[in-house]
Amino acid sequence: MIEKIKSKLRGNGFLLFVTIVLFFILYIAGAIAYGDRNFTSPQVFLNLFISNAGLIIAAVGMTFVLITGGIDISIGSVIGVVCMMLAWMMEIKHMSAGLAIVLVLAFGIIFGLVQGFLVAYLKIQPFIVTLGGMFFARGLTAVISSDMISIKNETFLNLANNKIYLSFITYYNNRGIAMHPYIYLSVVIALLVVAIAFALLKFTKFGRAVFAVGGNEQSALLMGLNPRTTKLKVYVLNGFLASLAGFAFCLNSCGGFVEQARGFEMDAIAAAVIGGTLLTGGVGTVIGSLFGSLIKGIIETIITFQGTLSSWWTRIAIAALLCFFVILQSVFKSIREKRLAQSED
Amino acid sequence: MSDEKKTVLSMKNISKSFPGVKALSDAQLTLREGEIHALMGENGAGKSTLIKVLTGVEEFETGEIIMDGKSIVNGSPQEAGMNGISTVYQEVNLCPNLTVAENIFIGREPMKMGHIDWKTINREAQKILDNLKLEIDATELLENYSVAIQQMVAIARAVDTQAKVLILDEPTSSLDEGEVEKLFEVMNMLKKRGTAIVFVTHFLEQVYAVCDRITVLRNGHFVGEYKTEELPRVKLVATMMGKEFDDLADIKNKAGNGSRRNNEAVIEAKGLYHKGSIKPFDLTIHKGEVIGLSGLLGSGRSELARVIYGADKPEGGELYVNGEKLHVKAPIEAMQKGMAYCPEDRKAEGIIADLSVRENMIIALQAKRGMFKLMSKKEQEELTDKYIEMLQVKTANREVPIKTLSGGNQQKVILGRWLMTDPDFLILDEPTRGIDVGTKTEIQKLVVKLAGEGMSVMFISSEVEEMLRTVNHMGILRDGKKVGELEESELSQENVMKAIAGGDK
Amino acid sequence: MDKLKKLTTCRLFWPLVCLFLVLLFNFIKSPSFFKISVNNGVLYGYLVDIFNRSSELIILAVGMTLCVASSAGTDISVGATMALAGGVSVYLLGTGNTYNMPWILAILAGLLVSIVCGMWNGFLVAKMKIQPMVATLILFTAGRGMAQLITGGNILYIKVPNFKYLGGFLPHIPVPTPILVAIIVVVLVSLFLNRTATKLYVESVGINPKASRLFGLNSNRIIWLTYAACGLCAGIAGMIATSRISSIDANNVGNLMELDAILAVALGGNSLAGGKFSLGGSVIGAITIQALSTTLYALKVTGDQLPLYKAIVVIIIVTLQSPEFKKFMNRYKAKRAAKAAGEKVAS
Repeated sequence: MIEKIKSKLRGNGFLLFVTIVLFFILYIAGAIAYGDRNFTSPQVFLNLFISNAGLIIAAVGMTFVLITGGIDISIGSVIGVVCMMLAWMMEIKHMSAGLAIVLVLAFGIIFGLVQGFLVAYLKIQPFIVTLGGMFFARGLTAVISSDMISIKNETFLNLANNKIYLSFITYYNNRGIAMHPYIYLSVVIALLVVAIAFALLKFTKFGRAVFAVGGNEQSALLMGLNPRTTKLKVYVLNGFLASLAGFAFCLNSCGGFVEQARGFEMDAIAAAVIGGTLLTGGVGTVIGSLFGSLIKGIIETIITFQGTLSSWWTRIAIAALLCFFVILQSVFKSIREKRLAQSED
Repeated sequence: MSDEKKTVLSMKNISKSFPGVKALSDAQLTLREGEIHALMGENGAGKSTLIKVLTGVEEFETGEIIMDGKSIVNGSPQEAGMNGISTVYQEVNLCPNLTVAENIFIGREPMKMGHIDWKTINREAQKILDNLKLEIDATELLENYSVAIQQMVAIARAVDTQAKVLILDEPTSSLDEGEVEKLFEVMNMLKKRGTAIVFVTHFLEQVYAVCDRITVLRNGHFVGEYKTEELPRVKLVATMMGKEFDDLADIKNKAGNGSRRNNEAVIEAKGLYHKGSIKPFDLTIHKGEVIGLSGLLGSGRSELARVIYGADKPEGGELYVNGEKLHVKAPIEAMQKGMAYCPEDRKAEGIIADLSVRENMIIALQAKRGMFKLMSKKEQEELTDKYIEMLQVKTANREVPIKTLSGGNQQKVILGRWLMTDPDFLILDEPTRGIDVGTKTEIQKLVVKLAGEGMSVMFISSEVEEMLRTVNHMGILRDGKKVGELEESELSQENVMKAIAGGDK
Repeated sequence: MDKLKKLTTCRLFWPLVCLFLVLLFNFIKSPSFFKISVNNGVLYGYLVDIFNRSSELIILAVGMTLCVASSAGTDISVGATMALAGGVSVYLLGTGNTYNMPWILAILAGLLVSIVCGMWNGFLVAKMKIQPMVATLILFTAGRGMAQLITGGNILYIKVPNFKYLGGFLPHIPVPTPILVAIIVVVLVSLFLNRTATKLYVESVGINPKASRLFGLNSNRIIWLTYAACGLCAGIAGMIATSRISSIDANNVGNLMELDAILAVALGGNSLAGGKFSLGGSVIGAITIQALSTTLYALKVTGDQLPLYKAIVVIIIVTLQSPEFKKFMNRYKAKRAAKAAGEKVAS
């Protein structure tokens, strides 16, 4: 049994393990430092999910893309345009919330389809394709409206503000009143996405093909898989998840403006990398990306609780973590190569 | 006895040509149930093309493949697989990031209620591995195992697809002795079950250890099919290399060429080695001497040269250049000491495809002089023109990209690159591979001429004829080890082949 | 015909055609486009404006070209490096009525920081073998944060008027200073590349690092140096951008410039897969991007909407360059030729 755990912890499992441990260390550190200010309250913990629901969904999509060895830097812009489209359709065109949501999700799928075609069939570098996608979506946002549009659609606001109380948890606030913590719809969507994506990667032929293509495309082809359609599907899925993330994001922001979610793709990439996904492809877990997103959340929370540090410390801290994990991955790779080279003699 | 066995597959009169080359002409191969069949031949003999045709990677032009009495055409590796032909390649074609079990089952995973049935996969995979008596944990990631084990997993995957014919394309090139033993066990087990195995290898020992029959190809032609016990080693080597003399004159001027063993030593290696590629060896190379390295492909002949040059950093032993001790960390240091190295793989390690002939020629000299001492345009052009003329490189002009030249002319450009640096010691690894006969002779003549002018040359080639014509002294390698040297007086085709084959079996 | 063919296969042909088309469009639309006049002793006109505004991009594109050529990778941290370098200089100069230190020292300090940034990226790429995009993602994320840290999160203004020289005009010189700086950078870099063996080395390493090592090049060091150079270029661009507005806004200086720089390299006919490169192409690419922007502005497209059109240009260009697309077109052509031949025979 111990052998088994040991072997699981070797290599890439270890990276995931480090991420999860790091999350709890940060959480405990926060709890020790700011325990007197309710850091340990369940609501603070759930707020991590509430404020990062969009990021979690986007990071899951990004994980799929990264596992195939690709990259997508368009998702921040897609989220921006999705928010803007939702606001525009509901407020300017007076569409129903339901129709607007369906339309933006369809937009995400088509967007993914085009990018996927260019990457998988025309074999253009994913970075360049999605760079184009990024420009396109951001420009489109401005074409729709260069002013901010706030959403006042009742159905949508109800969806956004509907607190879902977790009545099975009870805690006492600092005035001693019994409270139930709550979450929003966006969190439910995010967790569902994580669960479904996990199952998709683990238990379907498509999921395994994603790993195989990322591990060695040539081998995958020789073993009878179809790398091209696999990649196309991944980009379509990612487009869909990006628009879903946009929807979740919009539930938080309830409006659309041009600069919305700028640079979000890098947060998603960072979350995935911190969660143990290798940018060389073939390795990654959605659970890792979930924790990667939460680590960003916890750093933000700690910095908020600390009070005097400015928000840009979050970015510096994330970059430092990113650096740490990237170098860790690099070191791991060279250790493995060395070990194998020795075992061959 | 094995004659009575049923023929499983036969390939008849297979021809295949690539632009400019006839890769196979009337090649054939017959496989019987439950036999291990060695496919032998030197470089360019057509082994890999024959296998590619068989597995559907390449199409063939004429001939037919008959399996179980029916003529089949394999359009793709998948189709070949469905016809019962599985292949294990030299490079492991699996996904290192997946578990062993998954690698065995991917693409045909058992499903249960709409999801992949991991329990069955792991259990069945373990069963397959146990059946082959392999101690591998099916749930471990493939990349945590050595290449040898990965090779075994590839075989397990191939076997599990119910293959009637299993092709092992140089599976042993990265395995050690113990691992090879293990592989042989598995092969013998499969043989007993009635699988026909095609075994491609360049290790003679291995052929004689497991194979029942041998088919030899040479220059794309079928030379013959032999029972292993009826074909002694020396004869096999001779068959593979061919004895036909091409009508080239003996270019070596024996009289003026005498032994140069008494000249001062230029290179002296003592116990130099590199793990996994070449075992410790001693070698002395004298001024004005052409030393040949002979051995079959994979015997370590290229690796020996690479260690001396520092292309692979030596992991132990000592190297003296002109009596001075040298620790090479990077090739530039060897270059500064007067070495030059034409690598075996011209495309991957020699040419800079997109750069011009001129740039490709002057770059080594430029690197030797340093970044800030750019050679003047005039000097570059003069030198390039000089060597284009001297080596008779056929090119439209000196500014065309080298990739547009033919192989032989590319090789001449690379030669020019090194001659320009005015080396004391020149290493030529397969300088004549894949180039036409005329150019071959030119290069051989050049080598002899350079040696006459006092340059020491290391000449590596898989053609014994060519070596005999050019070298004064020969080192013999087998299985990653230098096993002997032949003096000038001992140089003859028979002696060389005997030495390469080893033993008198 | 042969000459035409030779012309179209020339590396700079297509980039120049792109630029020419943009300029032609402008000329037809407003014939005064090419007019250059002198007002208050300085040059005015659309062309001057385009050239002036493209200066930073030209300088960035020079550095980016080197990274792309040597490592087949892109440095996405140049925008952040610009902010960081500018931030350091402004911080050192202070916001008072006089400088806190000689301006030359402050600028050198800013440039030094940018070189260090580039060296760090180069270290990760060349030595640690991390993919360029990921390696530079670290500074991309942290760079602006660090710049904010230096500026205290505020927009710092420089009150001393002569700080504007770099981004505006030097006294008695009619040409905008950024143009001069861009020209100097391009000339110095191309002199360095062509008068030493650097260009040859970079191309050789970019095409075949394995072979390059065998004939004595230190591939790692060359890659490292190109990243350091790219950092320096970003620093210089940062100085100009800062001087233009006499202030540092760490959030917005050089925002998304990295993407424009990469685009300039690609538009200039350079392969993003590394190897042979043309500095001139990248410069033309950069000017084309700016000319396109200026044109679109004139068509009442707002700055926000601009990316949409850029995206369309990018996708068209990369699709045309894609080998798969070329293969497809060749097959199509061959089919048509075969058909035509078939018809001939039939008739």
